[in-house]
Amino acid sequence: MKRSSIYRYIALGGLVVLVGIGTAFYLRGANIPVLEPAGPIAFQERSVIFITLLLCAIVVIPVFVLLFWFAWKYRASSPEAHVQHRPDWDHANIAFEFAWWLVPTAIIAVLSVVMWQSAHALDPYKPIPGNDSLTIEVVALDWKWLFIYPAQGIASLNLLELPQNVPVTFKITADAPMNSFWIPQLGGQIMAMPGMVTQLNLLASKLGTYNGFSANISGEGFAGMTFKVNAVSANDFDAWVQSTQSSSTPLSLAAYTALAEPSEYNSPAQYAPVDGDLYADIVMKYMMPASTTASMPEMNSMQMTMP
Amino acid sequence: MTWNTFIFGNLSWSVFPTNAIAVGGGVFMVVAFVVVLALITYFKWWKSLWNNWLTSVDHKRIGIMYLIVATVMLVRGGADALLLRTQQATSVGASNGILSSNHFQQIFSAHGSIMIFFVAMGFMFGLINLVLPLQIGSRDVAFPFLNNTSFWLFAAGAVLINFSLIVGDFSAAGWLSYPPLSELAYSPTTGVDYWIWSLQIGGIGSLLSGINFLVTIVKKRCQGMTPMKMPMFVWTVLGSMSLVVFAFPILTATLALLWLDRTLGMHFFTAGGGGNMMMYVNLIWAWGHPEVYILVLPAFGIFSEVVAVFSGKKLAGYASMVGSVIAIVCLSWFVWLHHFFTMGAGADVNTFFGIMTAVIAIPTGVKIFNWIFTMYRGRIRFLTPMLWFMGFAVLFTIGGVAGVVLAEPAADYQLHNSLFLVAHFHTMIVSGVLFGYFAGFTYWFPKIFGFTLNERWGRRAFWAWLVGFILAFVPLYILGFMGATRRLDHYSASLGWQPLFIVAGIGTLIIALGFIFQLVQVVVSIRNRKAARDYSGDPWDGRTLEWSIPSPAPVYNFAVLPVVEARDAFWNTKQEGKSRETNFKDIRMPENSALGILIALFVFFFGFGAVWHMWWLASLGLLGSIVTVIARTFAEPEEYVISATEVALTESSLRDPSAAIAL
Repeated sequence: MKRSSIYRYIALGGLVVLVGIGTAFYLRGANIPVLEPAGPIAFQERSVIFITLLLCAIVVIPVFVLLFWFAWKYRASSPEAHVQHRPDWDHANIAFEFAWWLVPTAIIAVLSVVMWQSAHALDPYKPIPGNDSLTIEVVALDWKWLFIYPAQGIASLNLLELPQNVPVTFKITADAPMNSFWIPQLGGQIMAMPGMVTQLNLLASKLGTYNGFSANISGEGFAGMTFKVNAVSANDFDAWVQSTQSSSTPLSLAAYTALAEPSEYNSPAQYAPVDGDLYADIVMKYMMPASTTASMPEMNSMQMTMP
Repeated sequence: MTWNTFIFGNLSWSVFPTNAIAVGGGVFMVVAFVVVLALITYFKWWKSLWNNWLTSVDHKRIGIMYLIVATVMLVRGGADALLLRTQQATSVGASNGILSSNHFQQIFSAHGSIMIFFVAMGFMFGLINLVLPLQIGSRDVAFPFLNNTSFWLFAAGAVLINFSLIVGDFSAAGWLSYPPLSELAYSPTTGVDYWIWSLQIGGIGSLLSGINFLVTIVKKRCQGMTPMKMPMFVWTVLGSMSLVVFAFPILTATLALLWLDRTLGMHFFTAGGGGNMMMYVNLIWAWGHPEVYILVLPAFGIFSEVVAVFSGKKLAGYASMVGSVIAIVCLSWFVWLHHFFTMGAGADVNTFFGIMTAVIAIPTGVKIFNWIFTMYRGRIRFLTPMLWFMGFAVLFTIGGVAGVVLAEPAADYQLHNSLFLVAHFHTMIVSGVLFGYFAGFTYWFPKIFGFTLNERWGRRAFWAWLVGFILAFVPLYILGFMGATRRLDHYSASLGWQPLFIVAGIGTLIIALGFIFQLVQVVVSIRNRKAARDYSGDPWDGRTLEWSIPSPAPVYNFAVLPVVEARDAFWNTKQEGKSRETNFKDIRMPENSALGILIALFVFFFGFGAVWHMWWLASLGLLGSIVTVIARTFAEPEEYVISATEVALTESSLRDPSAAIAL
C-alpha cells in the first residue's frame, strides 16, 4: 500500500467525522416531528421504525463487515490474495446456500410478526379507547384545509384545535384533487379523496402546537396548504369552541362554495354556525350523475345520510 | 369547427412559453439541435449516418444509439434536478425562489418521467442491445428490424416529451399523474397529454423490445447453452424482459383510459360521474412496481459479471442467484399496494402487501451475500466497474433498509410521500440501477469500441457521484423525519429545513460534476484510443462468450458460432487452452431498413396530433404507421453475404497490432 493512499483514506475518514459532528450539532436544535411524538399513535409508529431498523441491522452490519473485510483482504495487491486465490471455488455447497437464504428469511419472519401486529394495532381506522371522544370532519380544498366540528357546530380553516387526551376521529374527504392529511407529531397520514370518506384516529397527549402538512400534490397552491394544530387543555378547548360559536361568520352552503374556490396561503379562520348537512353534501356531490355540474342547493333538498 | 381549429387544433400563439427559464431551456435545445445538424452537414456525414446508423439493424449500433439518446435525456433530467434543488434551497419564507409553483411542478413531473422512461430505460436497452446477443453466442437478436423500430419509437417518445419545452407546457401532476389532478377539470392544458403520449409511444417501443429480447434469449442461444449455463446477465435480462412483456400492457391501457377521460369526457378515473381514481392508482402501480425490478434486474446481472471477473473467480452460488431472480420476478407482482398504504385499505390488506414487500428483501439479500462470497478468496482488481459495485453495495443496502421500513404499514403512515421516500427510491434507482449501468458501460466499452476507457477519469467520476449522492440524499432522509413532504416549491423558514436543502443542492452539483467527469473520460479515452486499443479481445480476463471475439465486435459477432460446454464458457476454453476455430464460412446478415424510422416518424405525427387535437395529423400518422407496418410484412427480408475470406481478414486484422485499423 502506497503512503499517499493511506493519507487519502485518513482525509476521507476525517471528512466523514466532521460531517457527522456538524450534522449532530445541527440536528440537536432542530424540530424532528416524526421522532418527537406528542401522542400514543406517533409514539408507537416511531417504535415500529426503530424496531425495523434494529432488525435490519442484524443483516446489514455483517454485510458491511464482510464486504470491506473481503475487499481489503483479497485485493489483488495484497500478497494473501495470491496465496489464497481459489478461482474455481463457487460455494456450490447446499449448506452454504441454505444458510444465505435462511438468515434473511428468519429476520423477515420476525419482521412479519411485528408488521402484522403493528399494522393491526395502529390501523388508522381503529378508534382509540377513551371516555370522551371528538369527531372532526376534514375537507381538503384547493388549497387549504377545512375542519368541521359537527357536534359543536363550528368549523375552522387551516387551524385545528384539539383537547388534550381526548381520542379524535377524523373523517377525511376532499373537494379538490387527492391529498393526504398528516400531523407527524400525532401520527401517520391518510389520504383525502373526493366522493369518499377515509378515517384517521389520533390523540394528543402533550400540550403544544404542532405542524400539519399536505402530503400529496394537489395543484398549484399545494405548498401553502399547511396548518397549525393546537393541543390544549379541556377548559381551553371549551373556551375556544365557545368563542368560535359566537363568531359572526356562518358557513352556509353558499359561503362554503365561495370558500372552495381555489386560493393560496390562506390564514386561519373560524366559522359558526355550520350548515348541518354541509359535510354530507360535499361528499355526496360526487356521487350524483353528472355531478360536476350539479348545483349543490338542489342536492341539499334531498335527504342525504352520511356515507 | 372553424378551419383554424381544424388545422391547428388547440395550437395557438399563446401556447408558446414566455417564462425566461422555460424559454431558455427551449432555445438551448433548439440551438443545440441546429448546431448538431449543421455539423453533420458540414462534415458531409449525412449519407454515412443514414446508411450505417439510423437505418441499421445491427444490435450493437442500435445499442449505441440508445446510449446516446439516454445520455442526452440525462442532461435534460439532470438540468431539471438542478433547477428543483435550486428552488428548494432558495424558496423559503419571504423568498419565492426562481420558479413559479406551476413551473416547479412541471419540472419535477418532467424530471421523474424522463429519468425513468428515457434515461434508465434507455441505458438499460442500450446495454442489453450491446451485450446480450454476444453473451448468448448469437449473430443478432431474434427480430433485427423490430429492434430498429423499437429504438425509433423510444426516440420519438423522447422527442415528444421535449417538445413540451417549446410548444405548450408539460404535465404538472407528478411523474405518475394521479387523477383527479391529471383530469381535464384540474389540468386543462395539454401538459398531461404530452405526458400520456410520450410515455405511450416510448412504452410501446419498450414493450416491443421486451418481446424481442425474450424471444432472443429463448430461441437464439448458441448450441449447448442450456438455461443453467447462461451467464447471469442473460438470466436477469430474461427476468426483466418477462416483466416488461406483462407489465407494459397495463401502462398502455391505463394511459389510454386517462386519455379517454380527458379527450372524450369519459369517467374512468374522474372525481364524479362514477369514476374511481383509486383504480388508476392501483393500475399505474401494477405496472410501476414491476418497472422497478425491470430496471434493477439487469443491473444485478451486470454486477454479477463484474464481481466474478474482477475477483478472478466463479460467481458464488449460481443456482441461488437464478432462484433469486425468479423469486424477484414472481414477487414483484404482489407488492404494488405498498405505494398507497395510506389510501385506507384495511389492516389485513396492508399487512399482506407489507409482508410480501419485506419478502422481496430475502432474494435481494441472498444476491448481496453471493457477490460478497464471490469476492472471498478472490484476487480483486479494483478497477472502475468494481468501484461502482462497492458504491452500489453500500448505498443499495442502506436504501434497502429504508425500503423495509417503508414496507411496514405502521411506519409508512409517517413516512409516505415525505422526502424520506424520495431519498429511498433515489437510492435504489441511482445506486442500484445507474451505478450498475455505469459499471456495465465501463466493463463492456472495449468490446464495442475496441479500446478501454480511461481509468483515472473513471475513478474521479465515481468518487464525485458517490460523495455527491451522499450529500444530496442523506439530507432528504433527515428532512423526511422533519416532516418535509415531497414536491414543495416553498416552505416556511421556521421549519428549519433550509440548511439541509442547501447541502442537498451542493450534493446535486457534485453529481453534475461527476457526470462531466464521465464526459471528459469518454473524450480523453477517444483521444488516447491508440494506446488503449484492445487487441486481445479480452482486456479483463473475462469469463463469458463476448470476450472470445475480437474488439470491437465485428458486425457478424461470431466468425464461427460457438458451442458451449460449461457455465463460464470462455473461461473454460482458456483453461483448456483450446485454439480458436478458424473454419470460416460465408455469413448472411440482414440488410438495413429505413422503414423503422418511417414508422416512428408517423407515430410521432400521431402523438403530436393527438396532443394538440389536430385530428387530421393524428389520423394521417396512425394510418401511415399502420400502412408502413403492413408494407414491411410483404417485403422480402433482404440479406447480404460476408464472404469467408472477408471474415478471415477481419478476424486477423482486429487482433493484429501491426494492421493498425482506424477506429
